Amino acid sequence: MTGDSKGCACAAPAPLPGPGFWKSGGWLLAALPAWFLLYFALKPLADWLAFRAFGLPQGSRLGEAVAFFAYDGPKVLMLLGLVVLGVSYVQTFISPERTRDLLAKRTGAWGNLLAALLGIATPFCSCSAVPLFIGFVRVGVPLGATFSFLVSAPMVNEVALFLLLSLFGWRIALLYTVTGVAIAFLSGWTIGKLRMERHLESWVMDIPFEASVGAEAPAGFAARLELALQATKDIVRKVWLYVLAGIAVGAFLHGYVPAELLARFMGKSSWWSVPLAVLIGVPLYASAAGIIPIVQVLLAKGAALGTALAFMMAVAGLSLPETVILRKVLRPVLLATFLGVVTLGIVLVGYLFNILM
Amino acid sequence: MKIEILGTGCAKCKLLAERTEEAARNLGAAFTLVKVTEYPDIVARGVMTTPGLVVDGVVKSQGHVPTVAAIEGLLR
Repeated sequence: MTGDSKGCACAAPAPLPGPGFWKSGGWLLAALPAWFLLYFALKPLADWLAFRAFGLPQGSRLGEAVAFFAYDGPKVLMLLGLVVLGVSYVQTFISPERTRDLLAKRTGAWGNLLAALLGIATPFCSCSAVPLFIGFVRVGVPLGATFSFLVSAPMVNEVALFLLLSLFGWRIALLYTVTGVAIAFLSGWTIGKLRMERHLESWVMDIPFEASVGAEAPAGFAARLELALQATKDIVRKVWLYVLAGIAVGAFLHGYVPAELLARFMGKSSWWSVPLAVLIGVPLYASAAGIIPIVQVLLAKGAALGTALAFMMAVAGLSLPETVILRKVLRPVLLATFLGVVTLGIVLVGYLFNILM
Repeated sequence: MKIEILGTGCAKCKLLAERTEEAARNLGAAFTLVKVTEYPDIVARGVMTTPGLVVDGVVKSQGHVPTVAAIEGLLR
């Protein structure tokens, strides 16, 4: 409770009253069994829809594509809803303020590693990048650790992890997480070593600042569940169309795009494919949810794993709008260093996997 | 009652402003609602994640948009 001069004014509000618990808790108790029943009925339902209701012949291109979409689309959306709900619930315990206080004055490489790891779990929206950056730096989080957090938070987030897990399996999800954290760690560590504090815009350190303690940490299961449900609604509403579009593209292009074409541009044989994929990906602005189904198609069509992962990291981790926003607090030299170091890290990871796998 | 909505104009900030106005009207008390959109002003109030809701100088909520009923509770 640093800087708490208002006494009890900042204390958490009382937990929601009973009706809230029964409303949301009861809702969940009813919904969970229904979720599982539906989930395991999806495959027969999808087959029935494609081959009986639409009367498409089994084994035909169109029939299999429709069956694939009718199965994979709802499956991924249902998993998305459940996993995001779980993650959002856990995230009600992890406020940016708590992360900030954990990182404050933690110098050295451990600070960078901790920041990169906390970036995975801490709720983050790039629209808050500037106030968050200032809040971190002003309470004494080292500049390098702040950057480790800023790189890891958008790149390795819960939606990305879940989609990788359900579409590519745990190996690739783990690979993406570990390398994403490694890039965040190394970029922040490098920036810290370069001692670039003087390349912050002057107002960052000069303006009046008050370290908040986090306005409200709603206590109680019901209040947290309410928050988690709302966050889930927000996220699913934002990404469902992209996910479905990606799966549709995957389902229909599967048999129609010659694999050699993509393999030639994004395969292992061409050394320039990794930097090219990253250069295309950096300015693009899309959430991980929008890009993963496309990466799925690229992989299925013969793109090398390292190239595809690097493309995804570049799209999710760096973007033009975020760069423009960060320019408000970073002078050009620091901004360029940040972009350069992260881009370089992503390219190296791409090469590493293309060599190893 | 002086209500401030902190945020640079994202969709969530607009939603928070709408809901807060509705909640304040429901309560029937006199209020002024101001949108604080510049970064230095947001940071000076100690808010790290937008949108933020500040009532009479006290940060009541940040980083998410509470429901109208919850905002009524925060305004009381």
